[in-house]
Amino acid sequence: MIHVILIVFIMTLFYLSIANRMLTYVKVLALQGVLLFFVAFMQLSEINTLNLVLILLETVVFKAIAVPVFLSYILKRNNITREAEPFLPNFVSLIITTAIVVATILLSNSIQDTHLDKMFFVVALSTLFTGLYFIASRRKIITHVMGYMVIENGVFVLSMAVGNEMPMMVNLGVMLDIFASVLILGIFLNKIGDVFKDVDVDQLTNLKDY
Amino acid sequence: MIGIYLIGSVSIAIGLFFCKNKNISFGLLGLFLVLQWILTTYGISNIRSTDLGYFTYDPLAILLLITISIIAVPALFHSHIYLNDQPAPPSTRAIYYGAIVLLISAISAGYLANHIAVTWIFTEITTLSASALIYHHRNKLALEGTWKYVFICAISITFVFIGILFLSLSLEHAGSDDLTFANLVANSAKLNPFWLKLAFLFIFTGFTAKLGLVPMFTAGIDAKDKAPAPVGALLSSVLMNLGFVGIFRFYIVVANTPLHHWANLVIGIAAILSVFVSTVYMIKVKNIKRMLAYSGIEHMGLVMLGVAAGGVGYYAAILHIILHAFVKSSLFFQFTQLYRVFQNKSIYHVGNYFKYNTAGAMVLLLGFISATAMPPSGLFVSEFMIFRSLFEAHQIFILIVVLLLLTMIIWAFGKNIFKILFIPAVDFDDSNVPKISPWESLSQFALLALAVYLGLNPPTDFVNLIKESIMLLPN
Repeated sequence: MIHVILIVFIMTLFYLSIANRMLTYVKVLALQGVLLFFVAFMQLSEINTLNLVLILLETVVFKAIAVPVFLSYILKRNNITREAEPFLPNFVSLIITTAIVVATILLSNSIQDTHLDKMFFVVALSTLFTGLYFIASRRKIITHVMGYMVIENGVFVLSMAVGNEMPMMVNLGVMLDIFASVLILGIFLNKIGDVFKDVDVDQLTNLKDY
Repeated sequence: MIGIYLIGSVSIAIGLFFCKNKNISFGLLGLFLVLQWILTTYGISNIRSTDLGYFTYDPLAILLLITISIIAVPALFHSHIYLNDQPAPPSTRAIYYGAIVLLISAISAGYLANHIAVTWIFTEITTLSASALIYHHRNKLALEGTWKYVFICAISITFVFIGILFLSLSLEHAGSDDLTFANLVANSAKLNPFWLKLAFLFIFTGFTAKLGLVPMFTAGIDAKDKAPAPVGALLSSVLMNLGFVGIFRFYIVVANTPLHHWANLVIGIAAILSVFVSTVYMIKVKNIKRMLAYSGIEHMGLVMLGVAAGGVGYYAAILHIILHAFVKSSLFFQFTQLYRVFQNKSIYHVGNYFKYNTAGAMVLLLGFISATAMPPSGLFVSEFMIFRSLFEAHQIFILIVVLLLLTMIIWAFGKNIFKILFIPAVDFDDSNVPKISPWESLSQFALLALAVYLGLNPPTDFVNLIKESIMLLPN
């Protein structure tokens, strides 16, 4: 069952790579939060209840509700256009995402390790690299933030893989999530939108050597 | 003691954040310096003891803790001058003081941490406090610098976390789940090499954002450019040392496994690329602060070359980061006065500095000699040892390439510095240049002199501390 959810998670990555509208990105991020909730619920059977409740709350309240609401609020408030405006056509994006997933599957086949469920490894690593690819290939700053959220989700999946033996790792991951997202989104909400009216990375090129 | 220190500095930071009265702020800052020095002396007298389970006063931490405690005094003093000269609203001022206290204490705690996750947490806190300081001017350029810094640091902190996850997978093979550095070294023979390789790649890449090495060095450059110069001094000296601590402590673990040679290769490639990249930028750069920042990239490249070469290079690397911290911070402190005279940071609009501020110009000249490692600079000693270690490791080709690149850096650095010192700026109206008291340069002279002293005539205790901090490394 966990594997089915993880495969659905990978499918959301493909969907993200061809998504055109900003709101679709927000919705997919919310869906990923819900999927992570189920993964955490089923995977972390051995850790104590209080800790589990905390982690589940983080996935549902933070990943699936707070961040998407926050992002759509920013989209509305700053009048960000609805299109994602990637540098590359969607078809190429889809090919690259597929290539990333295939490459991680090939990499994971070379591992001989009984301690690790390879599924987690594949999903986490391909999510990580897809997130980095989104950051590199999208024009808007807000899509960079979304790419970062995708990376965070990948890291969360990876921390699930060791979660039963080392619950501290999952807690640290949760801390990283909240800390970095609040910092990044906080700056975004407070400042970037007000100062840079049309929020585009092309405008962030004023720091020069001369 | 570290518990008292952390609680004390956090409450001082909160107090500074809410306090709008200047005199109370000064009192609190003084209190913080006292607290910082109490921690340092406590650490020196209780060396090798563990505090609160997660903090150990080991020799490397003590050396760097003394460094930060020395640099913190002029940093707060010059911050005070800076905020008087460029008056900021009381709330901005309060945020500045609160954030700088938080930054210094987070870096200090990060040095002392003996658990890789604790180092990671404090590195995260430095990102938070540094971003508040970089955004001090509240304008568009500062925002751009802050955003780039925060975003790249967030990604690299995530990389470090992924590395720690892989490390824990590797450690499971040794049947342990204790991620303290001591335990990792003890179990290093049993670590799974595949996961350890992945862990090293991710942790190394992540910490390069703080250390200022290829690939993640870019964010630090923008940050040091946009942050007020006293903060730039901290970012380009003690914060870089925190990145070094993160990498070096984990490197000790890897060096005790069969992956030692492979890790040296990774570090060596990143180090040579850093020296190369900094050479390219140094030749082109016209912004004085960015020039100083690129010079920092070059020095960190040399430090990591020393680590990769091994042997005497380990000793030289630790000596080099300490001396570099003193030299680079004094150059950054001097920049505030330079800016007050010329109101500009472009080399084109700055010149003939000897005419306006003799003491300050002397600092720049001596700082240039120190930073390019010409004798009698202390950095000469450490750089010479790094070259010797490369020679002994039979890396003659790399040595020649690095020496050629360094020659170009000295040429570019010297060209710019001598332009600042002697050649008059075009269209510069010197009718209302402020008079700058030579006393403001005193701390810079002291720091530079300290670097010369520690390099040429190091006290026995200092040498022993460095030797003990590299004791766990194989030869």
